[in-house]
Amino acid sequence: MAAKEFDIPVLPTYLEIPEINEGVMEGDGPFKSSEQFQNPLGFPGEKVDNWQEVAIEKMGELKSKYRSVQVFLDSCVKCGACTDKCHYFLGSSDPKNMPVARQDLFRSVYRRHFTFAGKHFPKLVGAKELDDEMLDDWYNYFHQCSQCRRCSVFCPYGIDTAEISMAAREVLDAVGVGQKYCNQILGKAITIGNNLGLPEPALRDTLLDLEEEIEEETGIAVKYPLDVKGAEILLITPSADFFAEPHIDGLIGYGKVFHEDGVSWTMSSYASEGANFGMFIGSYDIMRKAALRIRKAALDLEVSRVMVGECGHAWRVAYSFWNTLTGVGAGATDEYALKLQNQLDSRYPQPQHIIEYTHDLIQRGKLKFDKSENDDRNVTFHDSCNVARATNMGGIPNGQFILPREVIKAVCNNYVDMERSTIKESTFCCGGGGGLLTDDLMEIRIKGAMPRMQALKEVEKTDGVNTLVAICAICKSQFSKVLPKFDFDPYMIVSAHQLVSEAIIMEKPQTDDSVTQEAEEVTE
Amino acid sequence: MSAISIIFTALFYLSLAVFLIGMARKIYQYTVTPAPLKIPTAPTPLTQTGVVMRMAREVVLFESLFKANKWTWLFGWLFHVGLLLVLIRHARYFWPGDLPEIFLLVQPFKYAAFAMVIGLIGLMGRRIFVERIRYISAPSDYLMLIMLLIIGISGAVMTFTSNHTDVIMVKEFASGLITFSWADLPTEVHFLVHLFLVFVLMAIFPISKLLHVPGIFFSPTRNQVDDARKKRHISPWALKQEQEHVVKLDEALGKDE
Ligand code: SF4
Ligand code: SF4
Repeated sequence: MAAKEFDIPVLPTYLEIPEINEGVMEGDGPFKSSEQFQNPLGFPGEKVDNWQEVAIEKMGELKSKYRSVQVFLDSCVKCGACTDKCHYFLGSSDPKNMPVARQDLFRSVYRRHFTFAGKHFPKLVGAKELDDEMLDDWYNYFHQCSQCRRCSVFCPYGIDTAEISMAAREVLDAVGVGQKYCNQILGKAITIGNNLGLPEPALRDTLLDLEEEIEEETGIAVKYPLDVKGAEILLITPSADFFAEPHIDGLIGYGKVFHEDGVSWTMSSYASEGANFGMFIGSYDIMRKAALRIRKAALDLEVSRVMVGECGHAWRVAYSFWNTLTGVGAGATDEYALKLQNQLDSRYPQPQHIIEYTHDLIQRGKLKFDKSENDDRNVTFHDSCNVARATNMGGIPNGQFILPREVIKAVCNNYVDMERSTIKESTFCCGGGGGLLTDDLMEIRIKGAMPRMQALKEVEKTDGVNTLVAICAICKSQFSKVLPKFDFDPYMIVSAHQLVSEAIIMEKPQTDDSVTQEAEEVTE
Repeated sequence: MSAISIIFTALFYLSLAVFLIGMARKIYQYTVTPAPLKIPTAPTPLTQTGVVMRMAREVVLFESLFKANKWTWLFGWLFHVGLLLVLIRHARYFWPGDLPEIFLLVQPFKYAAFAMVIGLIGLMGRRIFVERIRYISAPSDYLMLIMLLIIGISGAVMTFTSNHTDVIMVKEFASGLITFSWADLPTEVHFLVHLFLVFVLMAIFPISKLLHVPGIFFSPTRNQVDDARKKRHISPWALKQEQEHVVKLDEALGKDE
């Protein structure tokens, strides 16, 4: 399939609400998954014969398992408040990318099959049959939603299109129409332990190379321990941090911070992935399967703290869901979760975000910085949607907005925020979240990035911003790709911990410190 | 009693029954359907008190709508507040016997009918003229507004023009419905239309988007405390699954050899 030709949006001076253009984003959607990727997840390999029946049954099951789905399908009054809130609509002008219209693809079928009015007066209430055309629309438009939840902030009833997208994708998987990108990755994540399918030896090599590189550069032996039993902290980070640019510079930053703190830490080759695409496809069970590897790693390695690296949806899953799914957290009363929670150190939040950790060290004066190292940078911060709208940091109201900014300001002198309506709880998605970070969705990714790019252009003009910080692996990859399309430098996107890494003054002498003394290597 | 009075009396009980049973069923459904995951939307409250405050701001001030769109907020809020005040004032008709003095206070609420009608006209205007909202509107969305407009306007006509209805008779009819001492009702057309549409509205409440009224209280993005790390939150079906190991752990786990 050759990529479709499309125009890259021109950045307007002010973000305008476009007039609607029906059908501009019509299409076949992303590459479909095949048997090879569907079956390991327990999904049919191709569209099943009685797919309508299966789909309707699945819808019924989902609305009885998720109050969100049931209440959201019933409650929308079509007020239109959300219609101009989705970056994909703003960037593409396709009306089916308006959050309520996206929900309506699902809602119209719900009404037809599950409501009195829809059964008897379908025309009146806009109820529709789930036919091939509708299913194609589902596949296409529910893969043009990054589940960013911006619409939910503005809806008077909090209707969250992400919940509907997840439900729709779950139905699609159940009838055998899965998305290749997500399902292929999930297969690797739940069998090998990371999205890249990187086995233990390869991971170990990579980390050794990284250690050498840092030692060469700084003269200090920053360690990247793997599978160290008895370490205090287990770090779970997106696997992109091991390889991708600019992610890896963030990983270097984490290592330096751990080194300066002198804490013992480790990563796990068994659970070497922070990302959890189970959320994107809406599957509780698969999300849980992926998360269970982390539980097992924490138990096996006998760590007392679980920490999460810079990744948006990983932090959502960790912060909001891990306790539910696997018991990584606190306050459980059941045996299953207590087994782990008794092992974890209750003086620390479990799980803890690397930003919370670094922030805490800064607060306690444990880290020294030479801020001038970042003086060539004028920095702004992109709130990643999952962190911003679905998590907290520091246990204080709005901590997820405050802590990253404080960390950044502690390591650089020139910081400015983008326009208020494009940050914090109103942040615009990078355009690549929710399982959309694949080349076959490039058109919608670029168009969806437009609102963020526009806000960035503004601070570039007014404050000479040349550095965009994000704490999400997907944002970083997405921005590297789309920045040049809007005449920005692709290297202007960096990890928060890259800035930390550049400014940190390494005082701890080179030692084979506690890390190796206290903890023994796991031998197979 | 006249035939028309009998019909309207019957319609009242019928629509009331549909309303009550329908709403009870819906509220039961919302109560028993779990929210398996913590999904509050920012800015999230960290405590239960915070949730109550948030919900109060949503219900009283339409906080999120205010953030989203000032015009829709203005018209929507005018309509709802107008409706509420007018409804409170209607209690006088159902109160059997002489009215306590407190009703003098709500007497001026009759002017709220204007707020209600202006709000409705504004909302209708937006639905017709804003392309995006027109796109998402189904016939029922217009009908709902038209019904409410007719109810509002017919009510205002009775209150503010010389087309008064016999309020004493209305009171006897309405309070009679409550005390089961049924009486005749006035038969002016605008009064009958007003009443009939109210009955229709009551009957369709549990099967239409009017479910946003109970819905908001059950919306997990608005009613959850953001304390996922501190307390284990688990739904009954997930717990059962956990206990029964429906998610086949051994199949999914284990090193890749
Ligand atoms: S803001 Fe909420 S109620 Fe209004 S149209 Fe959008 S989803 Fe429906
Ligand atoms: S969740 Fe985000 S991407 Fe999806 S409809 Fe809402 S605003 Fe658009």
